[in-house]
Amino acid sequence: MRSYVPAYEMQEPRNLADALERMAREPGEWRPFAGGTDLMVLLESGKLSHRKFLSIWKLPELHGITVTPTHVTLNSLSTYSEIRRHELLAREYPMLCRAAAETGGIATQNRGTIGGNIANASPAADSPPALLVYDAELELVSASGSRWVPYHGFWKGYKQIAMRKDELIRAIRVPRNVGFSKQFYRKVGTRRAQAISKVCFAGAARVDAGLIVDVRIALGSVAPTVLRATETEKMLRGEKPGSAVLAAAQESLAREIAPIDDIRSTARYRLRVAQNLLAEFCESLAS
Amino acid sequence: MPEAARKIRVQCEINGRAMSFDVHPMARLLDVLREQAGLTGTKEGCGEGECGACSIEMDGALVNSCLIPALQADGAKISTIEGVASAEDLSAVQQAFLAHGGAQCGICTPGMILAARNLLSRNTQPTESEIREALAGNLCRCTGYTKIFESVLEACRAQRPRP
Repeated sequence: MRSYVPAYEMQEPRNLADALERMAREPGEWRPFAGGTDLMVLLESGKLSHRKFLSIWKLPELHGITVTPTHVTLNSLSTYSEIRRHELLAREYPMLCRAAAETGGIATQNRGTIGGNIANASPAADSPPALLVYDAELELVSASGSRWVPYHGFWKGYKQIAMRKDELIRAIRVPRNVGFSKQFYRKVGTRRAQAISKVCFAGAARVDAGLIVDVRIALGSVAPTVLRATETEKMLRGEKPGSAVLAAAQESLAREIAPIDDIRSTARYRLRVAQNLLAEFCESLAS
Repeated sequence: MPEAARKIRVQCEINGRAMSFDVHPMARLLDVLREQAGLTGTKEGCGEGECGACSIEMDGALVNSCLIPALQADGAKISTIEGVASAEDLSAVQQAFLAHGGAQCGICTPGMILAARNLLSRNTQPTESEIREALAGNLCRCTGYTKIFESVLEACRAQRPRP
């Protein structure tokens, strides 16, 4: 059932400092609201339990993508459309652009933001696996200052993130020049367009003289949170791609993920697809 | 009844006309357009950003109006289906929909036309796959996708300068 709209309060802060000040004065009372592609859906279905929001959508401090020799910094309200159209991102972070292009349709991509995707903390989100593989860091700001935290380990559980109530995500930073020779991103959903993923797989590796020198793997929709498959990575490191290690790596992956049956898929299907995607990724490293 | 938020004044430009509304801040822009501006051409399908029936342009970007809280429309320039035709003529996209049977029951048509028009404003010569992608966020329950696709393809041809 639709929510009773008059019961919801939304205000517009004058600037970022004003927003943070209000969040510090009454922690938990006001929550940031960006493009609304998740929160308005909850409102419509009567499931938006929080009642007071600060609209941060128009704060210029939270928009923009900047490039330095060592990092790319995406301010948290960078939209999927901005991300997928960014030439340097397309060249150096193709998995992130692919994730952006596969999230919803154009109208959703124009409003959905990378910071919102992280804060919403859905295990089925499309950009987090790519961000994990790129070793992203988050800048959390509050009235009392700013801190950078690794994105890996930012979750406490299903839809729960390690952030204080007076903080908001100001920016997401990814290191450059990491030297991957291969990047592989696959989202498997019911349809190609508009479907939420059943399994999302992001993998990147550096293959040198026929050996996997470095490898990172992250998955979505196969556990209560998006996750890095660090044990499986260890197993592949130093090995020949496509070699006998694959079967053991697939077994390791099965131990690392915890897929469930839900409205979109089954645990069995998700496990099988995750293992198949690992195989596809390993094959791509051999070619 | 739960405590109600105070109404706010939202001023925006809709199809070139300055308008102002007193609304609850999280009222859906879709409802403001239909019930307060009287612009019922914008349709509601799913109400959750999946179907694109409520597509409009806000500051040049295609958006689902069911997912926009009224407060965020303050100061915006909005185009709805009512603003697509000029006083005398249909737009190229509308003409192509007529010629190719792009509309069946008509519920998805305003959103389809807005999505197609938005594509053509960004890209005057889209490829077939770019057209399909631009329409991917708009669902047609009559499943008349081929005719819709052909209509948009024709509109692209019509818009291209003739040699």
